[in-house]
Amino acid sequence: MPKTIGREDVRRLAAAGAQIVDVLPPEEYAHAHIAGAMSLPLKELTPELARARLDPNRPIVVYCYDPT
Amino acid sequence: MSPRAAWLLEALGFTDVSHYLGGISDWIGAALPIEGLLAEEATIGARARRDVTTCQLGDPVEGILERMGREAYAACFVLNDEGVLLGRIYRSDLRAGRGPRAADAMRPGPSTYRPDVTARDMLARMREHNLHTAPVTTSDGRLVGLVRRRDLVRAVEPEREGSSPKAS
Repeated sequence: MPKTIGREDVRRLAAAGAQIVDVLPPEEYAHAHIAGAMSLPLKELTPELARARLDPNRPIVVYCYDPT
Repeated sequence: MSPRAAWLLEALGFTDVSHYLGGISDWIGAALPIEGLLAEEATIGARARRDVTTCQLGDPVEGILERMGREAYAACFVLNDEGVLLGRIYRSDLRAGRGPRAADAMRPGPSTYRPDVTARDMLARMREHNLHTAPVTTSDGRLVGLVRRRDLVRAVEPEREGSSPKAS
């Protein structure tokens, strides 16, 4: 079950080498994203793309705009 | 959106997946590092002055007035232990005898602005409401600093800055 985390957890995980993944549309990512985050829009998140872009041995943090 | 992405990644076999509840809006609101177009635009978070006078609720007003006398700003911000902005004390309030503690002298709940507001938008707002300074806080209320209209003019309209000595 995915964990729900807050800002300080994200900072800690990012510093420890986690993969920070922005799942918003590309134009939203272009406007602003967490420094160092990669773009993997949810609508394009196929198994092939996920396996090609993500390291299964490192933690992953996904985010979108806000909790809504 | 991101909870669904997290569940999908787990279904694809990724075992250590977390979902950041606050998302980019929370991150930006906390003035944390971002990249993208917004990062290249002048924002008030980047322009806010950090060297403001601050105090805590229990501080005696005599010491505050003394410190404000040495510093450049006309107000002192009252913070709690977490750095959350609770109120503002003007030098004129202290000279008028408000006190004896910061809690007694402060004006609670000042209007605040988020760090990701662009300098251009904030300058327009300050002109509209005749503001010369405004506190900037994170989305959870922590003081980032004080943005000054004069600094925004310099950032947004550098050509005006030299020719408008009365602008503040």
